Amino acid sequence: MSEPVLKVRDLVKHFPITRGVVLQREVGAVRAVDGVSFDVAQGETLGLVGETGCGKSTTARMLARLIDPTSGEIEFDGENLSGIKGRALKEARRQIQMVFQDPYSSLNPRKRVGSIIEEPLRIHGLLSEGDARRKRVQELMDRVGLNPEHYNRFPHEFSGGQRQRIGVARAIALGPRLLIADEPVSALDVSIQAQILNLLKDLQKDMGLTIIFIAHDLSVVRHMCDRVAVMYLGKIAEIAPNEDLYSHPRHPYTEALLAAVPSPEPGRSGRTRALLGGDVPSPANPPVACRFHTRCAYADAICSAEEPFLVQRDGSVAACHHPLSG
Amino acid sequence: MSTPLLQVENLSVSFNTEDGVVKAVDGVSWSIEAGQSLGIVGESGSGKTVGGLTLLGLTRSGRTTVSGRAMFEGSDLVSMGDASLRAVRGKGIAMIFQDPLSSLHPFYRVGDQIIEAIQAHSQTPKKVARARAAELLALVGIPDPKARLDAYPHEFSGGMRQRAMIAMALSNEPRLLIADEPTTALDVTVQAQILELLDRLRRELQMALVIITHDLGVVAETAEQVAVMYAGRIVEQSPVNELFSQPMHPYTWGLLRSIPKLTGPRDEALLPIPGRPPSLISRPKGCAFAERCAYAEDACRLTDPLLATTADGRRSACLIPHERRMAAWPALAAGGTEADALKVVRGTK
Amino acid sequence: MARYIARRLLWTVVLMFAVSVVTFVIFYVLPSADPAALRAGRHASPQQIEEIRHKYHLDKSLLDQLSFYFKGILLHGDFGISYVNDQPVAKLVFSRLPATISVAVGAAVLWLLSGVAIGIISAVRRHSKLDRTTMSLALVGISAPVYWLGLVALYLFADDIGLIPLFGGSGSYQPITEDPLAWLNSMILPWVVLAVAFAAFYSRLLRGTLIEVMGEDYIRTARAKGLPERTVVMHHGVRAAITPIVTAFGLDLGALLGGAVLVEIVFNIPGIGRLAYDAILHSDLFLIQGTVLLAAFFVIGANLVVDVVYAYLDPRVRYE
Repeated sequence: MSEPVLKVRDLVKHFPITRGVVLQREVGAVRAVDGVSFDVAQGETLGLVGETGCGKSTTARMLARLIDPTSGEIEFDGENLSGIKGRALKEARRQIQMVFQDPYSSLNPRKRVGSIIEEPLRIHGLLSEGDARRKRVQELMDRVGLNPEHYNRFPHEFSGGQRQRIGVARAIALGPRLLIADEPVSALDVSIQAQILNLLKDLQKDMGLTIIFIAHDLSVVRHMCDRVAVMYLGKIAEIAPNEDLYSHPRHPYTEALLAAVPSPEPGRSGRTRALLGGDVPSPANPPVACRFHTRCAYADAICSAEEPFLVQRDGSVAACHHPLSG
Repeated sequence: MSTPLLQVENLSVSFNTEDGVVKAVDGVSWSIEAGQSLGIVGESGSGKTVGGLTLLGLTRSGRTTVSGRAMFEGSDLVSMGDASLRAVRGKGIAMIFQDPLSSLHPFYRVGDQIIEAIQAHSQTPKKVARARAAELLALVGIPDPKARLDAYPHEFSGGMRQRAMIAMALSNEPRLLIADEPTTALDVTVQAQILELLDRLRRELQMALVIITHDLGVVAETAEQVAVMYAGRIVEQSPVNELFSQPMHPYTWGLLRSIPKLTGPRDEALLPIPGRPPSLISRPKGCAFAERCAYAEDACRLTDPLLATTADGRRSACLIPHERRMAAWPALAAGGTEADALKVVRGTK
Repeated sequence: MARYIARRLLWTVVLMFAVSVVTFVIFYVLPSADPAALRAGRHASPQQIEEIRHKYHLDKSLLDQLSFYFKGILLHGDFGISYVNDQPVAKLVFSRLPATISVAVGAAVLWLLSGVAIGIISAVRRHSKLDRTTMSLALVGISAPVYWLGLVALYLFADDIGLIPLFGGSGSYQPITEDPLAWLNSMILPWVVLAVAFAAFYSRLLRGTLIEVMGEDYIRTARAKGLPERTVVMHHGVRAAITPIVTAFGLDLGALLGGAVLVEIVFNIPGIGRLAYDAILHSDLFLIQGTVLLAAFFVIGANLVVDVVYAYLDPRVRYE
């Protein structure tokens, strides 16, 4: 792997839980992200998957600096982003942009599409001339497959898929290097999903984008990503190149996730697969040692006694005492 | 063939809106027999949910017009009076919905909501109903059911809430359960649990299941028969295996080719269906899918295709001759281009 | 739940303290004139003024005054003396309380029942003629000033000047302890007049919330269970839609208990509102201060009750 463009080290986000009648004291924390490290190479797509509450969206928000990490480091292009403020942060935000899940609520309904897309340009004081800016916006609209003549329309005049295109146009307006896509297609119909996924892939090729792709749909992630990190209760359970992860999952949780995906090929599962029982435990009170041991079919004494560390085996890195073999 | 449990004939539902009359369901017919499962697949706006709600009269209002028939155990749900329909709701046909959190009343305990469902159809004493509610929670796999009766919905996890909804739906031993996107709001691992639960209950209780979903994976796992809806109509109906191995309608082809898969080659580009569904207010002349269909001919834009039944009992609505369509799919399934398939369809190859 | 109530109680105490301090600032710190003369009323002799100055420590530092002020309130229930009436403020206020409670509680029952009933019917029969008629009337009800409505009511129905004298004794309040029938007769018009605007507001509020609630998923579930529409509306719809009504009701009643000024004046009812009005007319500073504090305490107390009731109604509030 070439020198990574994004390095994340021991990233932690705890949301405090407070108690108390008048003076609120901290009695605990929701450990949304609890020590996550990974590298992403230039032009690579890294997938983040996991169940609700695994911390994938919180991680994304920290990377985009929408929320501050509790601790840990985010290094982008050799610069540490964790502590920066003001101008440096603004500059970093030019490089890192985000696409959100819900194309309905992430666009201001009172603004025209043109002004939504041009907003980042305006904030960063680029192309101050109205004509040049307008031209750029129309180029962007054309690039994402929107009719540039619809510059003056409002978001509600567009369908869900088109709105997500608007969101993408806004995200690429500043020519970012890192794009964080948080469930970008889960609100869309299947036939439209493919349009947006293809668009993201095209843009990546043209602009050399590095993408962090967050989704709960493992098939979509498989299609989009070069490497995939599986998260469970705020930690990375396994991180591996796409092919390895899907064909030879090392972590039992990865295996269980894959087994749970309903396949549009009837008879594939044959109802023999092991279903993961129960729900995800509360991130405010995660199980000790291996966080997955309460639901794991392979767990034994060591799993509830010692926390497994991420260990490399072949291409995969997994945190498990009993990693699955090929 | 015995009389079906539910036979829907030419069901249409339209809503009066400020923009005009929205024809959400446009002459849909299907049937289901006792203990069977039917999947209804479609994208948003295809009419799949409205159709389900209409069967229980849940779309009835001054602004809705419903026509057609839905014969359930000898009586027509469409023309039935409110009082008789109420007796069917929850007893003959039960329904569960997409978002289990908003579908349960936030102010009442889960147990009380189930007890209420039991007592809606019988004079069961509260104590007996409570014991029954606990049995139901146990049946759907909620641990420590007696204690969980006193919990509020917000104290349950997403999967537990949907289990509670299912328990409530089962409380009067319905012959048919309509599940409208029952797992869309849930995580995949929980989704797998719920789908397995629904399948088990159907077999154990001999309860027919209609599962409405946008997810082809979900129907593949739960349905025996699948109806594919587009713009308010059924465009194809096939047994589940045939639907995936030998789909008949170009729209089904498009759906199958546009979804990324968990196995097989990965670097293929996805093949989205271009464009988007037509307006339901002014339905285009001819086939509603023609605009997005790579194989459409001039005739498709003029003539409305009828839902025709094939020799093996499958149904599809397409003007392209059946044999040519059957011949075209293998090329597409193998990753061939639409141009190749088009040659087959046109009969030039 | 216990923790929740404890927290609310504590906040109530803090709030009452804060309000008392603010009142102190307004009545002791801000006025620039001689504080003793202000409190003595208009026709006081210099002796009286000196007496007051001495008695209430007005010649001491502000901090001493504050501590005396709080000691008086907390230890002796002493809110000062109304020199206009030559009576302790506390005694005056408590003698007027029954009349205000009569007006406020009676009207509250009336507006709550009618407002809720009209709201439910309008929401269920949305867009019907009945709905449109009641909602238009409600708009009129909200817009009509209470004193105007009161005068019109007297003009129409009072037994002395009324065109159709239905309610004898309107305008001549009788305590319920002396003559219950006369009390009732004298109260009917004030109740109705006071209730009109509130009922109108409540019916519109409930109609709006109920219409919204009836579109919720859990209402669909209730129908799908096969419940009768009546149960769906009352047990599932109204139950969820009633919470904002409870909030409004508590606060409105609390505010009214501090004095229903306009109605008390129009109908000549010797309640707190009238007392406050007269106190202002006569610059009776101690009395004004007493009625202000009382009104504030009622509102704060009502807030506490609302919070507790709210937690009882909505289990999600309890669960923190």
